[in-house]
Amino acid sequence: MGIDFERLHAIFFEESFEGLDALEAGLLKLDAGDRDPETLNAIFRAAHSIKGGAGTFGFSDVANVTHALETLLDQLRDGERAVTPELITSLLESVDGLRELLSIARDGNQADPAFVSGLRQVFERLLGEEPAAAAEQTAANAPTPETPAPTGGWQIHFQPHEHMFMTGNDPLRILQELQRLGDADITAITGKLPPLSELDPEKAYLGWDIKLQGEICEEAVRDVFAWVEDDCDLSIQPLESAAETETADATPAETAPAEQARAAAPATAPAAKKAKTSSDSSIRVSVDKVDSLINLVGELVITQAMLKQMSTGLDPTDHEQMMAGLETLERNTRELQEAVMSVRMLPMQFVFSRFPRVVRDAAGKLSKKVNLVTEGEGTELDKGVIEKITDPLTHIVRNAVDHGIESPAERKAAGKSETGTLTLKAAHQGGHIVIEVSDDGGGLKRDKIIASARKNGLEIDDNISDDEAYQLIFAPGLSTAAEVTDLSGRGVGMDVVRKNIHELGGQVHVTSEPGKGTKVCIRLPLTLAILDGMSVKVGGEIFIVPLNYIIESLQPVAENIKTITGSQRVIRVRGEYLPLMSLHDIYSTAAANDENSLVVLLESDGRKLAVEVDELLGQQQVVIKNLESNYRRVHGVAGATILGDGRVALIVDVPALTEVAPKAA
Amino acid sequence: MDMDDPTNLPQAAATHAIDDAQNTGDEQEFLTFTLGDEEYGVDILKVQEIRGYDTVTALPDAPEFIKGVINLRGTIVPILDLRLKFHLSKAEYNDFTVMIILNVADRVVGIVVDGVSDVIDLPEESIRPAPEIGGSVDSQHITGIGTVDNRMLILLDIEKLITSADMGLVSATSH
Repeated sequence: MGIDFERLHAIFFEESFEGLDALEAGLLKLDAGDRDPETLNAIFRAAHSIKGGAGTFGFSDVANVTHALETLLDQLRDGERAVTPELITSLLESVDGLRELLSIARDGNQADPAFVSGLRQVFERLLGEEPAAAAEQTAANAPTPETPAPTGGWQIHFQPHEHMFMTGNDPLRILQELQRLGDADITAITGKLPPLSELDPEKAYLGWDIKLQGEICEEAVRDVFAWVEDDCDLSIQPLESAAETETADATPAETAPAEQARAAAPATAPAAKKAKTSSDSSIRVSVDKVDSLINLVGELVITQAMLKQMSTGLDPTDHEQMMAGLETLERNTRELQEAVMSVRMLPMQFVFSRFPRVVRDAAGKLSKKVNLVTEGEGTELDKGVIEKITDPLTHIVRNAVDHGIESPAERKAAGKSETGTLTLKAAHQGGHIVIEVSDDGGGLKRDKIIASARKNGLEIDDNISDDEAYQLIFAPGLSTAAEVTDLSGRGVGMDVVRKNIHELGGQVHVTSEPGKGTKVCIRLPLTLAILDGMSVKVGGEIFIVPLNYIIESLQPVAENIKTITGSQRVIRVRGEYLPLMSLHDIYSTAAANDENSLVVLLESDGRKLAVEVDELLGQQQVVIKNLESNYRRVHGVAGATILGDGRVALIVDVPALTEVAPKAA
Repeated sequence: MDMDDPTNLPQAAATHAIDDAQNTGDEQEFLTFTLGDEEYGVDILKVQEIRGYDTVTALPDAPEFIKGVINLRGTIVPILDLRLKFHLSKAEYNDFTVMIILNVADRVVGIVVDGVSDVIDLPEESIRPAPEIGGSVDSQHITGIGTVDNRMLILLDIEKLITSADMGLVSATSH
């Protein structure tokens, strides 16, 4: 029998993608100034195992690229190369490239050779330039004193003209070539370097004085400069007669920002947390297995409920032992269910970990300065919810960077620090998880939102409250962005965000304070698989109303029920008039005795609604079953569940019902 | 309808028969059931199980022929009554009423019929193209007409029938 390669491949890809995530996280830590050797080691290990796996399985493209990546990381680790924001950006890009390569390989396709070679070139370029960059930085940071020149070698003065970069030549590459020839002592000439504000990154400002030692013929040295001879000031003299050449000037564009970043880095370094190296043992199990386990436990819960129901008719004294057994069964079942559900729970870390990158990219593109703060990464949430919340959350975060946080200049003018702060917070609150995305930007502009909403054909009362106005950002097609950017402003998005969150059974609310910032608050159920419900009887059928929407239940008094325009009924509850609907009408069940009906008050999304039911049967935890897997979505029905007697009961979709209801005045 | 249709149909039916009848040579196995006085047949490979009619939970906002949903060992399965769908004169629910649980298009769906009669092997040559008919069953859902001992057997393309838009089982928004 052959080895099951399919499965091994699947594991390889899964691990590789995780490895890339770890790599990315590590790189971002480096970027934030973390100089812990363990961080670098973790990055290195991730790259190494991807390379190993790719080699074993014959994904040579991936192996080659990771090999180059590894070489680069090795140099970083050995201190031969300095960490610069540019390097990190290139590395992050190459991580994206690798991810792409891996998905191509996973889908069994052949990668475009141009893509692969492009990716390799990134590394080759980096590998080519880097030691030089390190050397140059040393020079820039602490100008090396002239060392006594031994005999045999060349004194080279190399001053690229400003347009050097336009010709496609890279001085760093040349310097690296020189180092290959012999022992090169390189000193940067920074005299031409303008103040940062006037620096044009596309111009070459730096020059270099190079002492090249060793038995090298002039030809070889000249060859290195063959392509740039016309684009630079160049003098090559034997070492002894090295003449002092006039100072020249430029820095390759990278150096200046690089230095700046290096200066900033140590300041942030202490803040960066140490990588947690947990050695918890774990096994990798497919989600399908866990899901089938959850389903089975769900069945068990139903069977247990059935047994309990059957036992109610028995005489407790005659069947004392069996009753006790049933009791134990109930407890064990519940604990088992909780334990199995927790297998699917993942910490919010899984979502939050991608945001440093998202924020970095978005802020970089918009030239804004944003500091990301995350809290409550340990808060656990069902894997299914986590997967579905990631995209909406990414959208909100991008929006916050794009529209929320102002440009450094605006912030300065408003008396705030140039760097904006974006806070991601997760916390448990009852049976829910609350995720907050807040920024300290300019806040929402009420007038703009209302104007934009009107343009979209929404009828808006002038007197709506600020809070109501802010919620309009979730209306379809609404965008207040002055201009459409890559990131946002097309007006598609926030409505989709709200829709996705509603589909998860969650709610989203935005609050804002002009000049101080905006906060988006998302409330989600912890899991999609079970819910606490109230079972109600309506016309012979049983329905489950999710408990978290119920405010209260009451016995209505006839005089409190009135009608508006003859048809719409309202009920007066403590001075408040709420729309009253009958579940009979909504679900077109057989009408039952209206006389003794009860009223349940529901609230969702700030809207209140009263519904009439025949009878309240009790509170119970139900396993949510999907109606759509074999049928289709039914308006007003959130799903179905199986009752203790094996029958199916529908779960009331409260947000859908309240949406039809007018907003409670 | 085009003139080509009748000529295409037997061809389609023939290919279908060959595809599915791997072990039986030119024969295909059908589960036959009755709806009123008519006898129908569905590809046995689509049938998951047969159950007695049980209480269903009604669904709001559903056409009359969709009776509701049942719990089939933890799976929520929609049940539709073919007798109502085909507008038969009466649809009674008694001890003999049966549900055929089908596995079509990755879905589990139950159909209510008057009774299940038999499993029969039908040689390819005894399957005739369906005549052009109007009415509640579009002829495109009929793969052919089989003859067994002078009984007429209407062979349904159950997959097409169940997934057709007017069944309302598959909504455009669900995927």
